[in-house]
Amino acid sequence: MKATFIERTLASLTSTAEYAARAELMAAEGGVLQRIDPRVKVAGMLALVIVVAASHSLAAIGAIFIAAMVLAVLSRVSLARIAVWIWGPALFFTGTIAIPAVFLTPGPPLMSWGSVAITVTGLRSAAFLIARAETAATLSGLMVLTTPWPHVLKALRTFRFPMVFVAILGMTYRYLFVMLQTAFEMFESRKSRTVGELSPPERRRLAASAAGVLLSKSIHLSGDVHLAMQSRGFRGEVYLIDEFQATAADWGWAAGFCAFAAAALWWGR
Amino acid sequence: MNVFELKSVCYQYESVTALDQVSLAIESGTRVALLGANGSGKSTLLRVLDALYFPDSGEVRFHGEPIARERFEDDRFAFDFRRRVGLLFQNPDVQLFNPTVFDEVAFAPLQLRWTRDEITRRVGGMLEQMEIAHLKDRPPHRLSGGEKKRVALASVLVLDPEVLLLDEPTAALDPRSQSQIIDLLIGWGDGSKTVIAATHDLGLVEDIADYCFVLQNGRVAGEGKPADVVRNQALLERANLIHAHRHRHGPDKMHSHPHTHPHRHE
Repeated sequence: MKATFIERTLASLTSTAEYAARAELMAAEGGVLQRIDPRVKVAGMLALVIVVAASHSLAAIGAIFIAAMVLAVLSRVSLARIAVWIWGPALFFTGTIAIPAVFLTPGPPLMSWGSVAITVTGLRSAAFLIARAETAATLSGLMVLTTPWPHVLKALRTFRFPMVFVAILGMTYRYLFVMLQTAFEMFESRKSRTVGELSPPERRRLAASAAGVLLSKSIHLSGDVHLAMQSRGFRGEVYLIDEFQATAADWGWAAGFCAFAAAALWWGR
Repeated sequence: MNVFELKSVCYQYESVTALDQVSLAIESGTRVALLGANGSGKSTLLRVLDALYFPDSGEVRFHGEPIARERFEDDRFAFDFRRRVGLLFQNPDVQLFNPTVFDEVAFAPLQLRWTRDEITRRVGGMLEQMEIAHLKDRPPHRLSGGEKKRVALASVLVLDPEVLLLDEPTAALDPRSQSQIIDLLIGWGDGSKTVIAATHDLGLVEDIADYCFVLQNGRVAGEGKPADVVRNQALLERANLIHAHRHRHGPDKMHSHPHTHPHRHE
């Protein structure tokens, strides 16, 4: 039997919650990236993302992409899961921008159908855009999937990222589950009062009103959460019981990240 | 010695008056209940006492010292106050924002920069005391309502505050969890701590309080010993804490009388 709009929304909310739960479990796995000091990992991954953005060579970006895939396998992060969680959505969003560029960017034509032509310059621009987005998303995704979120935040603070920025990131993640639960309950209660399939205008109204109510609830909740944190002494700084301690292996990884980033930067100059 | 003194405190949420000329004094070491219907100003009053909200007018004193927003810019003062006064929020989801139960209970000690050993020892002890040690590696947002409440309470009690503020401590709990929380509060501090609990549950009052303030529309409508307040039907009815119970006697006779739920479920 075909699922209704509300059932599909409920299934999607459930799978998002499962995704977040699985991501938490991955961060606790004993793979290669999970063992690296979060500061080294955050700095190394960010350096590679910058190199990817600055590179003028598809081969150099490709090398970083392959290195990221090797790290994923060594860190027990399934490539199939990365494909579903990261590559697919990144391709969809960048493809939306890149595909028109293939036709619209001026340059020597590769193929043409009347006035419409695929240009070499357009194809190259699209390839760069997609390669950069996919590689940067893979690196960022790997960093988040192999590091407990509070450790990512603490590492960002170590590198003097603004306190407000880090606090907002922290709150967003913490309350993802509460908002998912709220959205789930809203749609469940709607399902219990709905008979049959909703018409497209009704679906749009339901989606818009649910978004509005969730926004209003999240604003109220975020205010209360901040008060609860203040009440327990929070002054904006992130403190953890686990103090970071870089080992010789971590310094080795830091050197490896630096050397690889420098080589890729030189290659793609 | 008064732990808190409020003089003509007013607080507004945009155009809605939440506290209107509230004056009261709470003695150190007493257990106080703030009674009132929904929207009577109980939660706002607790937030004012915890210096999360600052009054629009009037004065709040803590151990004789005025509490003002500017004083909380000083880290030393802010940390000292937060160490001494703890607030349990009504909705535990508001209070549970860490990845594991252990991290949740360790959050406040970490903010106060206790040593790692001290934190490990105190948090471990608190988890045992609250009978939640088996949950220490679980994410708080995936616990049951009763477990969440106990974790939230542990996260406040771990600092061993001298004043404990509780916002509807037994709301939305099953009878067994309610009973556990009440027993824990009754036994906590051996009479040396000040406990201020906001509730509209008259059945709880005599168990958890030595003194009551009744709030109505942001004002103190009455105060007294729990037994006296619970017997004051006119005050309770005015404050919407009891309601008229109407039922039929025979085919045409309608009878009504005040109706309370003073029993506690075990």
